Amino acid sequence: MEPVSHEADATHEHPSRLAHHFDSPRQQAEAGKLGMWIFLVTEVLLFGGLFCAYAVYRANHPEIFVYAHKFLDRTLGGINTVVLICSSLTMALAVHAAQRSRKRSLVVCLALTLLFACGFLGIKYVEYKQKWEHGLLWGRLYRPVTHEAGAESVRATAPAATAAAAIDSMAGAVPDTSPVAPLVERSTIAPPPAGPPGLAQPRSADAHHDDEKPPNNVQIFFGIYFMMTGLHGLHVVAGMVVIAWILVRASRGEFGSHYFAPVDLVGLYWHLVDIIWIFLFPLLYLIH
Amino acid sequence: MASPETTIPADLLPAPSAEGGRNYLNARTGIRSWIITFDHKRIGVMYLVSILVSFLLGGIFAMLVRTELLTPQRTIMDADAYNRMFTLHGAVMIFLFIIPGVPAALGNFVLPIMLGARDVAFPRLNLFSYYLYVIGAVFALFSIAAGGVDTGWTFYTPYSTSAGTHKAVVSIIFGVFILGFSSIFTGLNFIVTIHKLRRPGMTWFKMPLFLWGLYATGIMQVLATPVLGITLLLLIIERVFGVGIFDPALGGDPVLFQHFFWFYSHPAVYIMILPAMGIMSELIPVFSHNRIFGYRFIAYSSVAIAILSFLVWGHHMFVAGQSPLASMIFSFLTFSVAIPSAIKVFNWLATMYRGSIDLKTPMLYALSFFFLFGIGGLTGLFLGALAVNVHVHATYFVVAHFHYTMFGGVLMAFLGALHYWWPKMTGRMYSERWGRIAVGLIFVGFNLTFFPQFIMGAQGMPRRYYNYAPEFTRFHRESSVGAYLTAVGFVIVATYLLYSLFRGRRAPANPWGGATLEWETGSPPPVENFTTPPEVHDPYDYTDLEYDPAIGGYVRKRSMDRSSPHDAATTA
Repeated sequence: MEPVSHEADATHEHPSRLAHHFDSPRQQAEAGKLGMWIFLVTEVLLFGGLFCAYAVYRANHPEIFVYAHKFLDRTLGGINTVVLICSSLTMALAVHAAQRSRKRSLVVCLALTLLFACGFLGIKYVEYKQKWEHGLLWGRLYRPVTHEAGAESVRATAPAATAAAAIDSMAGAVPDTSPVAPLVERSTIAPPPAGPPGLAQPRSADAHHDDEKPPNNVQIFFGIYFMMTGLHGLHVVAGMVVIAWILVRASRGEFGSHYFAPVDLVGLYWHLVDIIWIFLFPLLYLIH
Repeated sequence: MASPETTIPADLLPAPSAEGGRNYLNARTGIRSWIITFDHKRIGVMYLVSILVSFLLGGIFAMLVRTELLTPQRTIMDADAYNRMFTLHGAVMIFLFIIPGVPAALGNFVLPIMLGARDVAFPRLNLFSYYLYVIGAVFALFSIAAGGVDTGWTFYTPYSTSAGTHKAVVSIIFGVFILGFSSIFTGLNFIVTIHKLRRPGMTWFKMPLFLWGLYATGIMQVLATPVLGITLLLLIIERVFGVGIFDPALGGDPVLFQHFFWFYSHPAVYIMILPAMGIMSELIPVFSHNRIFGYRFIAYSSVAIAILSFLVWGHHMFVAGQSPLASMIFSFLTFSVAIPSAIKVFNWLATMYRGSIDLKTPMLYALSFFFLFGIGGLTGLFLGALAVNVHVHATYFVVAHFHYTMFGGVLMAFLGALHYWWPKMTGRMYSERWGRIAVGLIFVGFNLTFFPQFIMGAQGMPRRYYNYAPEFTRFHRESSVGAYLTAVGFVIVATYLLYSLFRGRRAPANPWGGATLEWETGSPPPVENFTTPPEVHDPYDYTDLEYDPAIGGYVRKRSMDRSSPHDAATTA
């Protein structure tokens, strides 16, 4: 699929990119490719640990995941998925352009990729901000507010505050770790006396739907959510930095059919970042 | 073929390498030419120095531990300090010495030359790996300066997420995280180099077996270390942000940490031993002057170990609450992973059979490996048996087992390789007599240190204990005396090796009669590794090599008639 890169010769106006320890540009390109693929495998193993944690907790506590994932905004998540897929497309087009020495096309496509990546981060920022405002955070910071706010429907009811309060009281004297003053009022209903988490809650006579009574330890879901999307976001940022660097080099005319390996390899990395999101999205947002 | 030790007057020796003695050490001078070098040989030397300094640091912690344990009660420090000592001994030795040790310090130097290449596939990444090592070490040292850590090198939760100061705990964990990436990039580099930079004509099965060992190690480094990375990251996040993934009060599970941790740390011990076994596959044939027996079996067994090592992590957790079914499966797999190791041992033995054994210092280290790793490996089977494990888990039996494998195995091989390649790397020979004295001291000292630990472990002496019951005093004293003896052995090694740098006899290209490609170039090698591209041949065929007393080394006979080995050797 990729065009054969020309051997560097003395009359070519581009400088030889052949490193001293390689025998041919082909060997160098193949080595680079293999190296990048191995690096991608290490990234898969890195995220694999988090996917494993997800699997363990979801297998042991499916109710937490079923309950808590509804707080995630599927629309925003879906848009982000489309945004990242588009960025992968522009990245692939950039590689294509580099292989054909089409400098303007290459620069435009790289810039578009960066733009899409910014869009992705922007939407993630909005999502994170919403979570923060609604107290849907990890560990002890999990204090869901009962007031409805904005477009997102928060299904926190009194038992949710109860659960959070119960966890607080179990955890002992916990310093107040509440975030910046939330924009919505917290519930003023006093928490009813509740037993330690793990004991079955006594069912009321009206036999409420299980959905309405949140399970214990909902914060585990948000811990996993923030860790997985956070690590992914870090990789997006790192990818953006590298793409920006490649963009600068591309605008200087460094790439062409004789030498496009950096664009190619960065492209591979970017596709991995995309594919990790494609797994994250259904696992976190689309739980049935 | 005995090779008598001779002292050759310097003016009779040919220049150790071509171009009038210009080699990678003196080609460029100045500190800048070292710290931003891309030359794998210089990077290897820098790694070697760093790793030996780390070994010294880890050794000092060990001596402090053993000194404290001379008496059943307090000897020289209180309990908190003692906990820090054994934690730092373990963490420094494992992450700063053993895991990088052979691949980074020796592999970096030797691998490209053995392949007939000019450098590794990614020289800049190689230098970056080295700097990651340094940065990781700095974080670890900072942690030590900030009071140190007392969690044990295994950083088990919930203790590691709640005890101590952030400054000390987070910095050492972050340091190990960075060291992990140093390891990953080294493994990546080696894998690509072996795939892509072999000399034309060198097929996979014409490679020296040390490279098979490094290749399998690279695979494990690349697959396992990222899991350590995410584990340590989770630990830091848990500690700093209170996420709760390992905290039962927040719905988490502390045993999950153990699964994550051991999923890396078990392959890690094979990352330690595989390069050492690769070294054995070089030393034994050369010093037996006999071709290696069962090349393919040894090569495949390296790959088998790499794969199987990922399947046995649960044997560290037999009593951690995992299900009996899981324990049985892990136990079975643990037994099976011993098989490839045993295959290697038998092949090395067969290599020695009817060979012409040359008891030089590297060979003495290799023979020590046989005996000591044999004990270490077999006691691993003891530990893999469920019923026995319940009895000896977390006792000195475990401590003795892993020291027999890591010290008696990996370190002996490392020292053997260091002595083997020392002439190549430095261009100097060391004193063979002092070499043998040191091996003897280290071997005796090591056994005196650790064999009593098997006994007291089986009798119930728990590990990591500051105070102990008086009936164990005798074993602890023997162990500590052994430690001091071993330390003396190391001091002797350091002394004569350093001395050789200034006063050692200049080394010939091939002092030992090896047939791998590094012996075809000068000692030390030129910057580009070879002045003329080397010819690929069988790395274990010694029939052409003959000792030449005039130069104190081996030369390749150039006679046309290969069938009569009695033709006079031509000039070097």
